[in-house]
Amino acid sequence: MTPTTRDEWMTVAAARMLRDRCVCFVGIGLPSAACNLARLTHAPDIVLIYESGTIGTRPDVLPLSIGDGELAETAAFVVPLPEVFAHYLQGGRVDVGFLGAAQIDRFGNLNSTVIGPYDAPATRLPGAGGAPEIAAHARETFVMAKASKRSFVERLDFRTTAGFGEGAGARTRGTASGGGPRAVITDFGILTPHPRTDELQLSALFADVTVDEARAAIGWPLAVADVVTHVEPPTAHELDILRALHARTRQAHAQPVVLPSFER
Amino acid sequence: MQAMTVRELIGEFVADGASVALEGFTHLIPFAAGHEIIRQHRRDLHLIRMTPDLVYDQMIGMGCARRLTFSWGGNPGVGSLHRLRDAVEQRWPRPLELDEHSHAGMAAAYCAGAAHLPFGLLRGYLDNDLDKANPRIRRVDCPFTGETLAAVPAINPDVTILHAQRADRAGNVALHGIVGAQREAAMAAKTLVVTVEEIVDALPPAMNGVVLPHWVVAAIAHCPGGAYPSYAHGHYTRDNAFYQRWDAIAREREGFLAWMQEHVLDTADHAGFLASLGRKAA
Repeated sequence: MTPTTRDEWMTVAAARMLRDRCVCFVGIGLPSAACNLARLTHAPDIVLIYESGTIGTRPDVLPLSIGDGELAETAAFVVPLPEVFAHYLQGGRVDVGFLGAAQIDRFGNLNSTVIGPYDAPATRLPGAGGAPEIAAHARETFVMAKASKRSFVERLDFRTTAGFGEGAGARTRGTASGGGPRAVITDFGILTPHPRTDELQLSALFADVTVDEARAAIGWPLAVADVVTHVEPPTAHELDILRALHARTRQAHAQPVVLPSFER
Repeated sequence: MQAMTVRELIGEFVADGASVALEGFTHLIPFAAGHEIIRQHRRDLHLIRMTPDLVYDQMIGMGCARRLTFSWGGNPGVGSLHRLRDAVEQRWPRPLELDEHSHAGMAAAYCAGAAHLPFGLLRGYLDNDLDKANPRIRRVDCPFTGETLAAVPAINPDVTILHAQRADRAGNVALHGIVGAQREAAMAAKTLVVTVEEIVDALPPAMNGVVLPHWVVAAIAHCPGGAYPSYAHGHYTRDNAFYQRWDAIAREREGFLAWMQEHVLDTADHAGFLASLGRKAA
């Protein structure tokens, strides 16, 4: 079997954190792969919600967009988008939210809006989407992001989405109903918040990574937990399922679209 | 309700300076209508869409827009909208004012618009910088509990344009699949116009489906394939390969302009657009 990539480590590590039957609000990209890997392995009854309004979806291939027809066709049901946010998310009916971001700080706050000043940005990023309210109201959130000094920063250029705010319990004094970030899954391992200070600290490493490599990838002085574990390598079964999912997806997305015939 | 061509529909209902919402969350995006707005050289539009998508990338790059109300501006699963970025970062081809929200905030604003209330209400925009960037995101205290909540002004577009699977001859419109915020954007509009895949004698049964009744629909244009390269559930699928190709097409100004010239400005209508891509019907 070909060697395991860092993307595969991340996807498998994230998938294992999802409990069967949990209700999970899914983002596109690595989170979508992780959630569906969980569904196809240890969590067959996980409920996947995409913000397009598809609930209980069981896609055979990964969607490119958050609203591919595959999601609607394999959903238990489809609701209008305002209901997803008002009735399910704000209503407290989502267990897990999955987010990515261009920048993250040591308290799990996220930037997906701009690099540079808001009014004259060096880089305009896509923006908030569902993230601020997912992070506010899901019972817990997971963040997936590849680490670098440009992305894991001392200070965000813009706070799109609050994690633990300024830390040390700041979040619990606000009105967000959810618990905030439970783990940040990076391409070297996993950061989790310190129970008292809320600061993200290194708590688990992938097999071939050292603490020094992890420190070198982070733009603030990275705290290290008292006990740093090693993540069990992806099993052959997990990799088979994940690679088959990606292969089906590539094939499906390359299919030419046939429009119905019509009169000119 | 009037039946007309897409050209007539845009000519009659979309004026320079109007606020216009072409809604459809990934699904049923009214590309044919967007292209016709470009062909007719509309200017100074206030564009409204939760996810600007390729259709607004094209309209912004062609200089149609002065203002954008939105909540997520990327090419889904692919990356940036390069024309939107160029407008914000380099002010090309003209400056673009942003009225930026989160999905939850914009959904609340559409719901308020549909109900003709002055503002939408949510427990949102908590402890982030969005309300500093957008002074229209404000706070209001609940008169019953005292809880402070976020308020966003209702969205009431001059014109909402949707693409739907079907209309009947009386002008009732039915759409299904992922319905996004289309119903709310439709009911919030001062004027609603719709392009459809097919016009039928009788709509399929839809006891709980989304139906926009003939008395809220100002005009309908029959436009098969009108959502391509997005999709119309039951008619054709999303052209994900095209969304991936768009990244390279739109990356540089010259390549973008040449593509728009060949496939939009130099084609007479949406059938011509599809034919120019070699996608004329099977």
